[in-house]
Amino acid sequence: MTPGWRLAHVLRAPSLAMDFTAREWTELFAVARAEQMAGTLAHRLNGLALPAAVQRLVDDAIASAGQVRLAALWEAEMARRALAPLGMPVVLLKGTAFAAAGLSPSVGRNIGDLDILVPRDRIGEAEAALLAAGWEWVKPDPYDDAYYRRWMHELPPLIHRERDRMIDVHHTILPLTARITPDAEALLAASEPLGNGLSILSRPDRLLHAAAHLLADGDLAGGMRNLWDIHCMFASGASADLTERARRHGLIREMARAPRLSHALYGTERGLRRLYLRRLTARDGWGRQTRKLTRLGFYARSHWLRMPPLMLARHLWTKYRKGYRPVG
Amino acid sequence: MRHATRLAIGPAAFRIGSDWRAPIAALDDLYRDYPKPEVPDFNVHLFAARPWRKFLRPAVHIGGDYTIPDAAPLPLAQGLLAAEMGMNLQMALAQRWFLLLHASAVERGGRAVLMTGISGAGKSTLAALLMARGWRLMGDEFVLIDPATGLAHGFPRLISLKNQAIAVVRAALPDARFGPLLPGTPKGDIRHLVPDARAIAAMAAPAEPALLLFPRFGFDAAERPVPPSEAFVRLTQASTNYVHLAERGFDALTRLVRTVPARAIDYPDTESGIALVEALA
Repeated sequence: MTPGWRLAHVLRAPSLAMDFTAREWTELFAVARAEQMAGTLAHRLNGLALPAAVQRLVDDAIASAGQVRLAALWEAEMARRALAPLGMPVVLLKGTAFAAAGLSPSVGRNIGDLDILVPRDRIGEAEAALLAAGWEWVKPDPYDDAYYRRWMHELPPLIHRERDRMIDVHHTILPLTARITPDAEALLAASEPLGNGLSILSRPDRLLHAAAHLLADGDLAGGMRNLWDIHCMFASGASADLTERARRHGLIREMARAPRLSHALYGTERGLRRLYLRRLTARDGWGRQTRKLTRLGFYARSHWLRMPPLMLARHLWTKYRKGYRPVG
Repeated sequence: MRHATRLAIGPAAFRIGSDWRAPIAALDDLYRDYPKPEVPDFNVHLFAARPWRKFLRPAVHIGGDYTIPDAAPLPLAQGLLAAEMGMNLQMALAQRWFLLLHASAVERGGRAVLMTGISGAGKSTLAALLMARGWRLMGDEFVLIDPATGLAHGFPRLISLKNQAIAVVRAALPDARFGPLLPGTPKGDIRHLVPDARAIAAMAAPAEPALLLFPRFGFDAAERPVPPSEAFVRLTQASTNYVHLAERGFDALTRLVRTVPARAIDYPDTESGIALVEALA
């Protein structure tokens, strides 16, 4: 079993780790850290009779995740204060949304940037308000800046100059160049208020966003965490109107595939979607990426999904001339 | 990774993997008297960015559980330095239990003297020379303050001596074990000194912080008290994880500056520096 798979198995059934060797424990945490899942793993393991050195790693990871959660919620509050005078809906997405609503994927989950969704026709106002409140542009390259504004589903990322935290302001959940066009107005209309001026996506939309993010955008990097989110959301109960909602956003295929994958990785089913699972578990015992060819395939696929061929060629040519190389 | 070793320094345990044998052999030699942990807290990777760079103009990239983008690689001859930087990086980025201060520390009679300052202030040199005079070395790079107890924990890694300090410390400690001379590193010439047996044997023992010093090398001998407010601000800048620890960090730091006297000392040469420290401690 590869170290990547071992992490998936322990997340599903933590007691499997009870007879781990020191080396297996070491590799488990190396992979979990690389997948940004050390806090999630720690919460799963806590309470079991662990070796002292492992308990220390668990305690550290739990404390660290608690701090990450606090900082993420504070960042959401800072954005709320900056945007409140505009009176526009502000919807929290992904990790911050899970934490703010106390949803099950949030237990120990790492949260990076603050992701929010606002109405597309008011995104300029939101940007101006954030700039006035201390956020700054971080994409100095005019091509990148223009690319974001014309083709992406979000503003170029902004970083707060004092807190050094990034905010991604979305107006929809997939790039405008992607073949799938989710209904952003429907996302906003169905969003659920948290009572403090912020909202989160409705239950089916949260699932659809996670599925779209995993399967219709990107190369499955960080996919283990994404699928854990999906696994947790499904585990807390099915959603009756999911299919109707998926059809509306054009995400029927993704919505079918995501739970199959999460089940294959964290459930009991086996033998499904081998190529995807190969990509998802591509880590060695040091947490480093393996299976370069598989990853390259998914990297190519991510761009294929994201934009039409001619545009892709132009984009890659521009990036190539600027000296960009894909990571890894 | 092809080559690997494990070692514990104070309360932190590392596994270091490398595409080359040399850095691991150097660590195994210089850290031979340190404990080998079963399950490490952190992993460090020393790797070639492209397979052929293992052999052709080998460049050691520094990675690990926690990394910073665009860190410049080092030549293979400086692989030992890369390993040290990799361990420091894990501590600086991910140490969450202790408040981490960029400082050196020595201890005598259970009382710790913490010395912090910019690079070139003489932290490592003073610590090494005080070790030569019978103090217990706690570390030359990081001091770890436990927010729960206020006690200082040591991190006695290899002492990193730079440029002129190398000859000064060799003269003071002719029988000590030194690593190879690493000329032309980003910080000039570097040579590592293995802490003495006592420092290694007592590395898990914390000590009560008794004095905070802010040394500056290359000025006429002078000394002034540093008020808690100033010490607080200077130590927030000397800490890599103060912000991350949030309230625990604030509480630990305010407790430290309120209970421990602080002095700024200027010294023109190492002898007067040592004399100043020993007069105050």
